[in-house]
Amino acid sequence: MGGMTGVLAELARTFAALSLVSIGGINVLLPEIRRQVVDVHGWMTDSAFAHTFAIASAAPGPNVIMVSLIGWEVAGLPGLVVATIAIMAPSCLLAFFVARALGRWSGSKVVSVLRDALVPVGLGLMLASGLAMMRSVDRDVVTVAISLGTAAFVVFSRRNPLWALGAGTLVNIITLHI
Amino acid sequence: MKQVSKAELFLGFLKIGLLGFGGVGPWVRHVIVEERRWLTDQEFAEILGAGQVLPGPNTTNAAVFIGDRFQGVLGVLACLLGMMAMPLVIVTSLAAVYDRVASVPEVNAGLTGAAAAAAGLVLGTALKMIRNIRPGPVAWLVIALGFAAVAVFGWPLVPVVVVLVPVAIVLAMLRRPA
Repeated sequence: MGGMTGVLAELARTFAALSLVSIGGINVLLPEIRRQVVDVHGWMTDSAFAHTFAIASAAPGPNVIMVSLIGWEVAGLPGLVVATIAIMAPSCLLAFFVARALGRWSGSKVVSVLRDALVPVGLGLMLASGLAMMRSVDRDVVTVAISLGTAAFVVFSRRNPLWALGAGTLVNIITLHI
Repeated sequence: MKQVSKAELFLGFLKIGLLGFGGVGPWVRHVIVEERRWLTDQEFAEILGAGQVLPGPNTTNAAVFIGDRFQGVLGVLACLLGMMAMPLVIVTSLAAVYDRVASVPEVNAGLTGAAAAAAGLVLGTALKMIRNIRPGPVAWLVIALGFAAVAVFGWPLVPVVVVLVPVAIVLAMLRRPA
């Protein structure tokens, strides 16, 4: 049991430390997470880590579930709970205090300038991450067409984008046999 | 301001987590702006912008901001639990069967198709928000700078954010003289 507690404490320390430097989310941190999990702690082999990444990418949800799954693979349910809380709590607490501060001074000029400034920063980075995702996923004409088709669907329709996601999945399966 | 109960927050984010293939960001907007109209595109972009420059995934940060805005601390917990619940169940179930199904070509093609569509979903959501918010010339400049730095030049996100945010703040201040 001492070993288990030790592993949980290490999981908590490792991911809590990463939480506050994860500007841009978990994907930015992937190389560092790999280094910690594979090289520093030896919790997983390189191929098991790649495997875990593939599974987390196939599942829905915020990409912190990648970290949850590492906790699960390393120490079962307690590992999942500890790793998830460790990666989320510090950044969420900071976001909470920032939200409160922005709310309290919402009438002030400083906050309205901040708002004006952050909106286009967020939009530009979101555009860029869409393109980066396309670059890493799209391998052929079909997948590029699926990406662009989905983008057009979202821009021009108010319908649930799940339709486009389902269509993209089907199209790529069907063209496998052509 | 719209009234949104804790149960509504939980259920809304439960849906967001469940739908969130390839990342949750576009689904947060779809459910909260398009479907339930808890926030306008402008309000959502402000939250997303703040969420993106803070550490942590922008979507968990957005959940914190949105939960606190409508229901305080308990609202934050409702949003976070809602968003994480289904993905955690799905990702651990997936880990149990992944070895057996990942080698099936149809499964692989389907996952790639869904990932390609998810990339288009991010791109399309960013374009739609830009269309609805109608940025001014200064905001367009910031959007273009952020996009070019990350997507065209491939610079890492953290230094881009560290430089771009002060630039955006100075530009926003110039636009609103004291």
